[in-house]
Amino acid sequence: MAIDEKLIEKVLLEREVADFLYREADLLDERRYDEWLDLLADDYHYSVPLRLNVRYDDVAERENTRACEVQWFDEDKSTVELRVAQLATGVHWAEEPVSRVSHLVTNVRLDRVELPEVEVSCRFLVYRNRVADETDFLVGRRRDTLRRTEDGWRVVKRHLLLDQSVLMAKNLSIFV
Amino acid sequence: MSTNTPEKQGLGPVSDLVDLGTGEISREIFVNEEIFRREMEHLFPRAWLFVGHASQVPNPGDYFSSQMGSDPVLLTRDDKGEIHVLLNSCRHRGMRVCRYDEGNTMQFTCPYHAWSYSIDGALVETPGDLHGVPQMKAAYDNKLRKKQWGLVHCPNIHVYKGLVFANWDPEAPSFEEYVGDFHWWLDNLADAFDGTEGATEVFRGVLKWRIKSNWKFVSENFLGDTYHGASTHASVEAVGIGPGGKGKRRHGERQDQGGFSKGRMKTSFRLGHGASDNLAYEVPYPEFAEPEMEEYFAAAWQKRAEKLRAEDRPLGGRGPATLFPNMSFAAGFPRSILVAHPISPTETEVWRWFIVDKDAPEFVREWLRHYYMRYGGPAGMTEQDDMENWDYATQASLGVVARRYPYNYQQGLGQELPSDLDRAVHSHHAIAGEVNARAFYRRWAEFTDNLSWPELEELAKTDDRATAVAPDALPEIGRREEDN
Repeated sequence: MAIDEKLIEKVLLEREVADFLYREADLLDERRYDEWLDLLADDYHYSVPLRLNVRYDDVAERENTRACEVQWFDEDKSTVELRVAQLATGVHWAEEPVSRVSHLVTNVRLDRVELPEVEVSCRFLVYRNRVADETDFLVGRRRDTLRRTEDGWRVVKRHLLLDQSVLMAKNLSIFV
Repeated sequence: MSTNTPEKQGLGPVSDLVDLGTGEISREIFVNEEIFRREMEHLFPRAWLFVGHASQVPNPGDYFSSQMGSDPVLLTRDDKGEIHVLLNSCRHRGMRVCRYDEGNTMQFTCPYHAWSYSIDGALVETPGDLHGVPQMKAAYDNKLRKKQWGLVHCPNIHVYKGLVFANWDPEAPSFEEYVGDFHWWLDNLADAFDGTEGATEVFRGVLKWRIKSNWKFVSENFLGDTYHGASTHASVEAVGIGPGGKGKRRHGERQDQGGFSKGRMKTSFRLGHGASDNLAYEVPYPEFAEPEMEEYFAAAWQKRAEKLRAEDRPLGGRGPATLFPNMSFAAGFPRSILVAHPISPTETEVWRWFIVDKDAPEFVREWLRHYYMRYGGPAGMTEQDDMENWDYATQASLGVVARRYPYNYQQGLGQELPSDLDRAVHSHHAIAGEVNARAFYRRWAEFTDNLSWPELEELAKTDDRATAVAPDALPEIGRREEDN
């Protein structure tokens, strides 16, 4: 049987991308925020729309708030850097004492390959536990645009669909 | 007070738990189930509550699902453009007729047995009335009096410059009477930055999130607790997210205008409302790094100043503030409305809307939207730290021993300053001063103890605090002083 070079190439790329995402999750969960920031491209953009309860025929138009509307997050790297700086003050009470966080990243799939950029879709489950009994599960879909650079992969765009309408966690003081 | 716990003596009137003479308030009012039940029964169905913004339902048939105390409601607009507030519960078996957050329909059909309610005035006398009943003949022999079985219609609705308020009690005083002179803060919220009346709208998307806190912590926080900022928001202050960027004050207030403290005496109303500033506290819009922003806000400030001065109106009063009992807002940076929906004594669902000038150019609109999101709500770098406090204050007040010890509301006790506003006083100090909270809890107790409307009106006819203070203390209010 002939070796399907293209398929092997795709599998290897998928594996490489997944490894990158897992490593990134480790950096976050190990609170190595400065190293994590290095993985975000300078033109990084992060968006997490609100999810609304709407009629089936309104879903396309209304289910998720749009780029010009209110979202949980809609920001670039400079704001993410401010969030990291806030964590490092030691008086960011929402994260004092610090949370225990695990990012589970699954269903990783390459949706578009136009090197040096790829578009990856995945599911996330972010578990947070803090103080004694405070426990949150944030679950949903994620679409990332990654860019291959001389220094490795960088996250260019991250769009999250969090599967909650009313946020059941009291805050979003961790990086989802 | 420490021995007067409800467990020991049976729960008497809640006013026993609010001691304004000593400035002590029992923790019970923040954790007790029976007190929560009384709030739901006696306070929320009689108070004017914020339901939503008219710009959320611009067209006939548009609706927005909201909440008033313990009850889900629908804010709707009928075929003639009138706004209604309807109880979101079928009259037949109580099913929530609409589970969508928003949408457009002229008819709400209950999924359970398909009773349908119309908001089309051509089909029914009053929008919200029962229109369709399956098997009307077989089931009711055509005798069901549909007019009596429409969705429960909230009798009092008041749209104030786009802000929609509702009150369940037909006997309730008018919105104007309920609000009193506190309306100046609502004006600043609803008027555009350049003073154009009511020329604002909300961004689509209401932030909604659950906290494990008593709802009153939230109201109290925005009512005039400027004391918490230095500690609670130390981290965001250190990082700097405000209009002026890093190293600038949180709200980017101009350093040469006294900043965030001096002259910023709070305003407390006998009716329970409170604001963290006063009308004479005239601080121009912030400094912005971006020329487009600087230009827009400098022009807006100038236009507003000319307009208001011509009306002999001072320029201050942009909050944060709380309209009794649970609508908090700020007319500055950010410009936003928050409602603390009570779920249980220890659970609250918080909703936050963001407001923008209708005619703001795209750049300004986008800048503000981004600023609002990084500032407020559960992802907001400022508000995150508030929730931590409210939640753990509630939790750490649940203990049997903890409940024996009241909270301290003694800041500026007996040092209130008189006000030109009707039935209002000011705090003695810009940062310290808990006069607003004391007035809030006094009014809260009067409602929660189910005093009648004549009694409530009589008690708030005069402000005993205002008569207790010497008028010559007045010049301190709002005066701009050099920053330290």
